[in-house]
Amino acid sequence: MRLQKNTLLALCSVLEFAAEPARALSTAEIARKYRASPHHLAKVLGRLRRAGLLSAARGSGGGYRFSANAKRVTLLDVIALFERIGAPAKARTLALEGAIAQVLAEIDATARATFGSVTLETMLKLARRPPAARGRAA
Amino acid sequence: MIQLKKIRRATRRDLAQVVEIDARITGMRKPAYWAGILRRYRLFLVLTDQAAVQGYIVGEVRDWEFGSPPCGWVFGIGVRPDARLAGAGTRLLEAICAEFRRRGVDKVRTLLARDNALVLAFFRSQGLMAAPFIALERDL
Repeated sequence: MRLQKNTLLALCSVLEFAAEPARALSTAEIARKYRASPHHLAKVLGRLRRAGLLSAARGSGGGYRFSANAKRVTLLDVIALFERIGAPAKARTLALEGAIAQVLAEIDATARATFGSVTLETMLKLARRPPAARGRAA
Repeated sequence: MIQLKKIRRATRRDLAQVVEIDARITGMRKPAYWAGILRRYRLFLVLTDQAAVQGYIVGEVRDWEFGSPPCGWVFGIGVRPDARLAGAGTRLLEAICAEFRRRGVDKVRTLLARDNALVLAFFRSQGLMAAPFIALERDL
């Protein structure tokens, strides 16, 4: 499973903000950390702000703050702002095409269920666990 | 805020309340099913406040099911909608996991409908990740 660069950058950024909701972070700080172009990142953060996940921070430092509920926002909520998991089904005229589309739809549905069940808070908990424990169930 | 008191094994006297909680969540009353659960499963726990059952959890240790080494399975969990966000689900899961550990297993597993986002998110928040199994079915 691969996500587009923009989407990954959005996920990392929103998690950075959610980890310290009281702190304003600048575009430059995040761009440095994730080796992204500030211009490119500004567009990503702008979209997150328009979706209500970030708000512009006032004051000399500027930047953004997290403005949503980390227990309620899921990875799918963020991903859906940038890309679609699973293209809309097209009419299939050949049986084999239809069969392949059915398997791909199954994979997409699982991916959506996974992304839709992991909240930002759960992601932050996961990131705090030691690397060896991340693959283990509780 | 509801004061959650203690977790104990479910008894026949709790069944009506468990049926009611399940019915509020699923929209179906299943008294015979829950009576069977009480007979069959030793790990059927309830969380109570002073007056009422606020939540339940059911599970057991299964050996070599689906080729898996012995592990604890959670078959069902439910919390009254008005008692949520007070840690009831977490306490119930911790209690059953402690029982699983006492029975010598070091893994807990559950199976959920893909569209059950609320309960999926709960288990995710408790650290459960996708298991290396795929559930399959077909129409008969």
